[in-house]
Amino acid sequence: MSDPIPWLILLPLLWGLLSFLLGVGRGGRLAIVCLVIQLALVALLVGQVVAEKDRYYAVGGWSAPLGIDLHVDGLASVMLLLTHVVILPLGIYARSYFSHNVEGVGYFWPMLGLLLAALNTLFMSADIFNIYVTLELLGLAAVGLVGTAGNTRSILAAIRYLLVTLLGSGVYLAGVALIYGSYGSVALAVLEPLIENEVSVAVFLAAILMLVGLLLKTALFPFHFWLPSAHGGAPTPVSALLSALVIKASFYLILRMWLGLYAPLATIQAAQLLGGLGAVAILWGSIMAFNQTRLKMLAAYSTVAQIGYFFLLFPLITEVGSEAAEIAMQGGVIQLVAHALAKAAMFAAAGVMILSMGKDDIALLSGISSRLPLTLFTFALAGVTLMGLPPTGGFIAKWLLISSAVSSGQWGWVVVMILGGLLSAGYVFKVLRQALLPAAAEMKFRPVNPSLEWPAFLLTFISLSLSFASNNVLNILGAG
Amino acid sequence: MTGALIYACVGAALFVCGVAGLILLPHLLRKILAFNIMGSGVFLMLVGLGQHDNIPDPIPQAMVLTGIVVAVAATALALAFVRRLLYLTSKAQFVANSKSLDQTEEKLITRERNKEGDASK
Repeated sequence: MSDPIPWLILLPLLWGLLSFLLGVGRGGRLAIVCLVIQLALVALLVGQVVAEKDRYYAVGGWSAPLGIDLHVDGLASVMLLLTHVVILPLGIYARSYFSHNVEGVGYFWPMLGLLLAALNTLFMSADIFNIYVTLELLGLAAVGLVGTAGNTRSILAAIRYLLVTLLGSGVYLAGVALIYGSYGSVALAVLEPLIENEVSVAVFLAAILMLVGLLLKTALFPFHFWLPSAHGGAPTPVSALLSALVIKASFYLILRMWLGLYAPLATIQAAQLLGGLGAVAILWGSIMAFNQTRLKMLAAYSTVAQIGYFFLLFPLITEVGSEAAEIAMQGGVIQLVAHALAKAAMFAAAGVMILSMGKDDIALLSGISSRLPLTLFTFALAGVTLMGLPPTGGFIAKWLLISSAVSSGQWGWVVVMILGGLLSAGYVFKVLRQALLPAAAEMKFRPVNPSLEWPAFLLTFISLSLSFASNNVLNILGAG
Repeated sequence: MTGALIYACVGAALFVCGVAGLILLPHLLRKILAFNIMGSGVFLMLVGLGQHDNIPDPIPQAMVLTGIVVAVAATALALAFVRRLLYLTSKAQFVANSKSLDQTEEKLITRERNKEGDASK
């Protein structure tokens, strides 16, 4: 067990398959024990990356170009750490949630193991074909999770999600075929020095195909059409997982290729296009979120808006001074981390409130402030993070992004970011206002187990403490 | 035009047909078939573009084998979901999209709420 890298892939695969053998709905305790071990492994790995920079691992002793290399740098370490910090409280939450018997647990635990194995491999992959395989694994596991409830709504959402994710990875693979045809390799380390400013039509086409495939999976406007039904229709722990982590995986790949493989092709025009789509996503997602009557759909549309924020990063890191680009990069990564924690907490809190109300309807929320004060507090804090108010990680992210935009003179994006914050305040306060009204006389709230409320609070607590520990995250990021 | 390039071009044509079918065809079974055609097109492109001077390259062949395994798994999952949908709605199409599902559920909620309101009067 000297090297944590292979164990981060093997362990979730093992407990995933083992809990499948245990049977439907079983394996929660096993999963949580293994998640604790994995968190320790990730901490060990991050320590190694900070101490000795990039870590490489040749699977089976065969290194690239013959074998498959795994590569962990600063960005990958941050994503791995984030994944495990989010997933452990969510696992405890999910175990308690499914014990309330509201939605079928199905094969939640085996699927969670497979999803985690896919995520970990994706973050560490160092060749574009291996990335394709992990994308497919991730997609299939995520689709399976969406369908665990087994009712018409979730099955429809799962099928739509499955078709989109298959289309996305198919288009991506076409790009891989063109790259292999041009250069005869799929290893990022081999390809990166080969791609220069003057590229052939095939490579240019490959870049576009891979970008479109990944954008479909990231659900950037106008590719967001599948997201609200999938994230809003899944069982709550799954919604939290998808919104917090799965979306980030394909965004991580876009960012990685933008900075690495396709850096010579990453022009300011392309960056402005992505930023523009992001700005539309912020407006459209926020307005749609405000118009929702169901709490989970509101949170899902809020994710559409927040994805827009991530893409504002591209114009700020392309063809600007290195200092401005570095600040923007830091802001972007803090934004990813803060959103993952806050959105997981928001979905988890929404799930607790829905469980207590017995129905997903914002209009029924009145009076919940006296019944579930901790959960409402969790929801409000998560909302404050999304708005980007101090003292949250969301504030630090926006502060860094805005100061980078100002220093590179891109005032338009500053306006979009401030407007987006105001719009998210709109839909968060819509929920809070309703929740703080006095209870209707006939409304009966079901009692809720505290083991459901505390993991959700823990997630916002971590996101809050991120504002004080953001330097540590940036240290890990800078280590690569 | 070399033989390898012909394979790649046929593959590209199949890929485009598959993508069009996946997006345009309404029946879910046809969508799944279209996905398989799209996948085969990409595999043909991989093998075709991987050849140099008519000497086959083993690496893309290994990649295609992996891709076929993934495609089979994805097809099986898709078919299982479509069967479940057929069982629940007796249709294999996106007839009731989730928006109209939301609307029917909202109507149910408002109707119930109105009833409750009437009862309390």
